[in-house]
Amino acid sequence: MVFSPDRLFSVPFWVSFKIGTIMKEPKQLSVSAIENGTVIDHVPAKNLFKVIQILGLDHIDNQITFGTNLESKKLGSKAIIKIAGKFFEDADINRIALVAPDAKLNIIREYEVVEKKEVQVPDLIVGIAKCMNPKCITNFEKVTTRFRVVSKKNVALRCWYCEKITNQENMQII
Amino acid sequence: MLMKNRSLVSIDDLTTDEILSILDKAAGFEKQPVSNLLSGKVIATLFFEPSTRTRLSFESAINRLGGKIVGFTDSSSSSVSKGETLYDTIRMVNSYCDLIVMRHPVEGSARYASEIATVPVINAGDGANQHPTQTLLDLYSIRKTQGTLDNLNIFMVGDLKYGRTVHSLMMAMSRWNTTFNFIAPDELKMPDEFKLYLDNLGLKYYEHSDFTDIISRADIIYMTRVQRERFSDPIEYEKVKNVYVLRNSMLQNTKPNMRILHPLPRVNEIHTDVDSNPKAYYFEQALNGVFTRQAILCTLLGII
Repeated sequence: MVFSPDRLFSVPFWVSFKIGTIMKEPKQLSVSAIENGTVIDHVPAKNLFKVIQILGLDHIDNQITFGTNLESKKLGSKAIIKIAGKFFEDADINRIALVAPDAKLNIIREYEVVEKKEVQVPDLIVGIAKCMNPKCITNFEKVTTRFRVVSKKNVALRCWYCEKITNQENMQII
Repeated sequence: MLMKNRSLVSIDDLTTDEILSILDKAAGFEKQPVSNLLSGKVIATLFFEPSTRTRLSFESAINRLGGKIVGFTDSSSSSVSKGETLYDTIRMVNSYCDLIVMRHPVEGSARYASEIATVPVINAGDGANQHPTQTLLDLYSIRKTQGTLDNLNIFMVGDLKYGRTVHSLMMAMSRWNTTFNFIAPDELKMPDEFKLYLDNLGLKYYEHSDFTDIISRADIIYMTRVQRERFSDPIEYEKVKNVYVLRNSMLQNTKPNMRILHPLPRVNEIHTDVDSNPKAYYFEQALNGVFTRQAILCTLLGII
């Protein structure tokens, strides 16, 4: 099944509202609602669709539910994504570090959280972000962008080609 | 030979030992500039934008070593004007030559070309990004005039914001415990990212808006052009334009070993009355570019 806006209607009703205002124990529900799969929590609400795009979730057939604009003490407003029957390699999941550096993963098997993972910012970013330098070759020809991560805390990337820095404020996901 | 068949895109591609090895070879070419070391070799010089010194210097270096040159001097006379991509141009030229020298206005184009080509690529300037052969000839000139690269006090004067030569030279010289003095108007100060680079290495640097009173401390004065078009306010340019002009009268109390460098072209930032002073070194510096490029060409082709 291809992911589409229609599928929003298949999202459980509670995710459209702020967790805690309707459900008594929303946290448990958010984790245990899928039998097997991955829950990605603590995604900044504004970057939900970027995470979906980076992980290619809009091109897979697995059942996916998500909620956004949920209260978060750390982020202010967060999103959560649940992907049934899908488990990610670390290298794949670390690709979202650019837009969701605080994301936490819960690996679910038979409704139980069997493993928790944190996103690690990789040393090399390939083909995810756009170089902010309009004079960079990657903005002229079909070149896969490549960056060395020069700062992992406030993510800053040095372009492999033009050597200019792209930081979080001017980062665009391809 | 470690550097054989490697490209030279950025000065950071080279280890300190590799830099010193190139400078040693350049000294050899200064003693004996003419030979047949490049006999039978074809070098492509692709200048997608106009260049005088760099192109002539490369072509002089190749000719003195008996090599042949193919190429173009601006993109209007190449297939680029027909819309050809850089990828296709490099794939095509690659099969015609043993080494490519390329200048291109787009930043990162040289790194990209080096990934496409199977022959070595020398970056002769990619926009405002890198110009490593200029940096190597600057290092050669500094070592030749000072006898060492260690513990020198380098004054960089003029446009420190946009000048790629000062950025590359600063980063290269940071390997030899250099003390830097940056002299620039507020609008053209050394960008923070480069100062942070020095901070991280624990190197000393000082910033000034004038250098008349401190010039006696300099071992090297590296002059650059302050261009009117860099200023958002033309009145600001008028205020500072004469502060960054070096005159012969300013050189009286300078160190005997002090030398003045400039990547050229000069406009008016070094008064012509400096030219006859033995401390003026910018024209010799340009000549050193030929020896340095001879050394780079032969090194990357694995000839010496």
